[in-house]
Amino acid sequence: MIKLFKELTKGIFKENPVFVIVLGLCPALAVSTSLENAIGMGIAATFVLFFSNLIISSLRKFVPDKIRIPCFIVVIASFVTIVELLMAAFAPLLAKRLGIFVPLIVVNCIIMGRAEAFASRNKVLPSIMDGLGMGVGFTLALSSVALIRELLGNGTLLGHNILTNFNPAGIMVLAPGALMTLGILIAINNLIKNRKK
Amino acid sequence: MNERLIVSTSPHIHKKETISWIMWMVILALAPAAIAATFTFGLYSLQLITISILSAVITESVIIVLRRRRITIFDGSAVLTGLLVAYNLPPQVPPWIPAVGSFFAIAIAKQAFGGLGRNIFNPALAARAFLLISWPKYMTQFTAPFSQADSVTSATPLYLLKESNMSLPEMGLSYLDLFLGNRAGCIGEVAVPALLIGAVFLLVLRIISLHIPLIFILTLGFLNWLFSGNSIGGGDPLFAVLTGGVILGAFFMATDYVTSPLTRKGQIVFGIGCGLLTFVIRKWGGYPEGVSFAILIMNAFVPLIDRATPPRVYGKIK
Repeated sequence: MIKLFKELTKGIFKENPVFVIVLGLCPALAVSTSLENAIGMGIAATFVLFFSNLIISSLRKFVPDKIRIPCFIVVIASFVTIVELLMAAFAPLLAKRLGIFVPLIVVNCIIMGRAEAFASRNKVLPSIMDGLGMGVGFTLALSSVALIRELLGNGTLLGHNILTNFNPAGIMVLAPGALMTLGILIAINNLIKNRKK
Repeated sequence: MNERLIVSTSPHIHKKETISWIMWMVILALAPAAIAATFTFGLYSLQLITISILSAVITESVIIVLRRRRITIFDGSAVLTGLLVAYNLPPQVPPWIPAVGSFFAIAIAKQAFGGLGRNIFNPALAARAFLLISWPKYMTQFTAPFSQADSVTSATPLYLLKESNMSLPEMGLSYLDLFLGNRAGCIGEVAVPALLIGAVFLLVLRIISLHIPLIFILTLGFLNWLFSGNSIGGGDPLFAVLTGGVILGAFFMATDYVTSPLTRKGQIVFGIGCGLLTFVIRKWGGYPEGVSFAILIMNAFVPLIDRATPPRVYGKIK
């Protein structure tokens, strides 16, 4: 039980997919212009991670080793299609804003990485926990980047005006702002980790 | 047998000049431009310079304490960065612009890369790029010189050239106006004589060498003479060199020790690159002025240039 719990929590801080493993940076940089986009992206990726880990780990004994990567991609792509259609039906505005980055979840390194490194080698229950934890970690990382970028680049949070009488720094919603924010957050993450030792 | 053999590692010959001496000398060389700016744009520009320096020094102190490094605030490097940030601003920006700019220069462009000597990009120019992209509204609004009472907005000669394709007489300016700084522009870039006095001072002290600035200016002038006119060879090199931040950038920012190549050959490549990029950005880019971006882009190439132009090892024959 404790082990299962550890699989869940490791993705959030100790092995955070964005800040520690540094995977899945493309959506982390591109979608994090607003907190709403980031949360939407995070939930979509968590959904795919959860189910792809579930299916891949239950199929791990049947999938031949040589063609495992194409098999993973088929599984992941199916769930991404489900997410894409669900999002288009129930959150069309969000789907429009995330655009190409929803189908691109198929090639998200985190999902592929967890399938290859964890789900294909572990039992179903730990794999589900791993997928869930990584998904939550990804969502939190994305949201923290987006929080800083939306606040400084637009003066808003989730579309609400937070900072009035403030001249937003346009650079923060552009690519350099994303890279700087991510770099600083990784540095802070490392600092906390080193202090703990 | 009292004489002892002293064994030490190289280098064996030391200069008495220290980093902080050089920094303070560069600050001294930049001082005439500050006086000229106060004269041209009024006391407010002096306030902006002060805010900028204060912000740079405070940021540097805080970060050095946080990083638990030796306190080196008095080596002048933070003061110099703050000064250069202010020199790159239009004369009527709100006071928080230099404060944020100097904070960015020291915290992100300098200390995040490891402090003095480890920064890839010139901190002052990185701050200028940051401010220009973030707050273009303030960073592209210039005031006419000698209009101290209520700031009369005015466009820089380069802007007029780019947007309306005006000639120098149409702008109501002469070469002498450009040379003496009687034109709209950034705080520290307009007063060419003041900058040249400082440059000569640094050249005489051998703190900077002529390679980078001269090649930079000549390349820019030559390309403009060749291509910016109506016919090949009908351009105006003098206008290109005297406007914008060419003199300030070439002598004081492209020559920054940390972010320029080590060897003479490398410095020549660097100078040509700066001139070429400035020309390209001014002619085809989105901004009327390209000196700062040109130097920043070339800063990124410095490690490569240094690799491609290593000095010959003493005694080695090709």
